[in-house]
Amino acid sequence: MEAVSSQISVSEKPDGLEGQGFFATRLDKVVGLARKNSIWPLPFATSCCGIEFMATMGAHYDLARFGSERLSFSPRQADLLMVMGTIAKKMGPVLRQVYEQMAEPRWVLSVGACASSGGIFDTYSVLQGIDRIIPVDVYVPGCPPRPEQIIDGVMKIQYLVENESLRRRDSAEYKAMLNKYGIE
Amino acid sequence: MMEAATQEKITSVINEKFEGEIIEAGMVKDFFTLIVKKEKIVDIIRHLYNHSETKFQYLTTMFAVHYPDQNQIAMVYQLHNLATNQRVRLKIFLPADNPTTPTLTTVFSAANWMEREAYDFYGVISEGHPNLKRILNVEDMLIFPMRKEYPLEDQTREDKNDLMFGR
Repeated sequence: MEAVSSQISVSEKPDGLEGQGFFATRLDKVVGLARKNSIWPLPFATSCCGIEFMATMGAHYDLARFGSERLSFSPRQADLLMVMGTIAKKMGPVLRQVYEQMAEPRWVLSVGACASSGGIFDTYSVLQGIDRIIPVDVYVPGCPPRPEQIIDGVMKIQYLVENESLRRRDSAEYKAMLNKYGIE
Repeated sequence: MMEAATQEKITSVINEKFEGEIIEAGMVKDFFTLIVKKEKIVDIIRHLYNHSETKFQYLTTMFAVHYPDQNQIAMVYQLHNLATNQRVRLKIFLPADNPTTPTLTTVFSAANWMEREAYDFYGVISEGHPNLKRILNVEDMLIFPMRKEYPLEDQTREDKNDLMFGR
């Protein structure tokens, strides 16, 4: 029992005042810490990047180590939209609706060349990057990216989640950014 | 390779009712191909369907081809007789400015989606089709993308200029 618990790493506690029976810190630090280590991703996998994502979720790479083992297959409970694969123009409105159904705060990870820029599919039927219809927080390059790269992207999302101001989503800048995409 | 007697049989079945409709007949690679006049194409296919000698009762595929040099769009029909395992290809040429042909859905229900595909990518209008709208592309698309007059690459992009690709 003793040996197992010593192998478990616990998140660093944020800076704060500590004394007998109390610990005082900033609320957004605590919220950020909790959110960061319990991101529920929604996998929107359409092609080979989705296969790499399956490896990422498997025992060898194991995204559970980052608190993201619980995939949400409903956008309404998801925190992170992971777009992995080619998005055809006909798929565009579907992706956009999935994004709109997600509750705030929400983040978007664009995995692979196709989702980020259309990739090799520079053609009439393929959306040239999902950032043409929804805002993207982190881009993962690669065709397809290895699981390590996807994990690196998730860790960059974790950084954003941890350090985001609690008031960011209420700000005029954020609303203006969404309006630029024609959302709300 | 189709035997000469079989080819002869198919052409004579067409000629007994549609004399003078065949423009050209011959093997293309190993596929017996007939280029016919466009006006009676559906009647010819129905005749080949019903005739006891041919019984081409399975529509393998149909598709369009754009010939920009001749300003023509061809419609190609491939038929199969499942009993004798014989195949035939029929080809008609339509003007690219107004590619209109009667629908084949009156003979083969399977032609429904194929004609929608030909409309989607080439703008071939099948008159009498029950539901002629785009099948694969977005509905607000303005062009018929597989026509060779359109560039393959997305023309709305601004970030891919020729300088970056060494062109």
